[in-house]
Amino acid sequence: MRDKATTSGLRRRDLVAGGAVLALTLVAPRTARARPSLEEAIRAFTGGAAVKTGRVQLAVPPLVENGNAVGLSVKVESPMSETDHVRRIALFNEKNPQADVAVFHIGPRAGRAEVATRIRLATSQTVAAIAEMSDGSFWSHRADVIVTLAACVEDLL
Amino acid sequence: MTRALINAPKTARRGEIIEIRAMLAHPMETGFRTGTMGKAIPRDIINRFVCTWNGEEIFSADLFPAIAANPYLAFTAVATDSGTIAFAWTGDDGETRTAETEITVT
Repeated sequence: MRDKATTSGLRRRDLVAGGAVLALTLVAPRTARARPSLEEAIRAFTGGAAVKTGRVQLAVPPLVENGNAVGLSVKVESPMSETDHVRRIALFNEKNPQADVAVFHIGPRAGRAEVATRIRLATSQTVAAIAEMSDGSFWSHRADVIVTLAACVEDLL
Repeated sequence: MTRALINAPKTARRGEIIEIRAMLAHPMETGFRTGTMGKAIPRDIINRFVCTWNGEEIFSADLFPAIAANPYLAFTAVATDSGTIAFAWTGDDGETRTAETEITVT
């Protein structure tokens, strides 16, 4: 009788421990997926150089219904000549599982510093566009987007 | 098989700035999603896009999972001479999909 009680007690304890392990395995991948913050991502792109506000125009709708495809365009004020042009335009996000969105390499052959694409947004957040000029300076513009249907991380049903 | 949509003018005047738009049919699987039984769906995206004009690179892009499915890119180029505008998309699978369009510059 006593033996039986101990076994069932052990079993219950095992069950609790097992449940804890299960909970950990469910939670761990999400917390382990730590991503650099928006600022860290921008610093990695610029190599620590100062980023000035202006010259860049990031056009993105302030409210989107579907985060799976958010159309946006970036325009940079630049003569796009051999001596003065935009070298790279990078896009970063604040709250997706990964901070990078895209890096565009352009040059005087582009004529205008203008790019457009469609991106995914996992939640309402800030999107930043950073432009690297041929003189080595960095310019940026940020825009806040409210997303009502998220993307990136949703599960298949 | 490449399923791509290219939108670029067939003719242009020399020195004119033209707009080029390119879209590729591709799921751009992020690698952050889980499918049936909670199994993670492996990442499969286009990570590199290059556009060349008669062999000279005029635009390229490094893409990440935050690019929407069927990656769409619009950019501009100065029309310098007649020839071929070629597009190449390289994916995580190491495969390169290509497309091209002809342009006559007068």
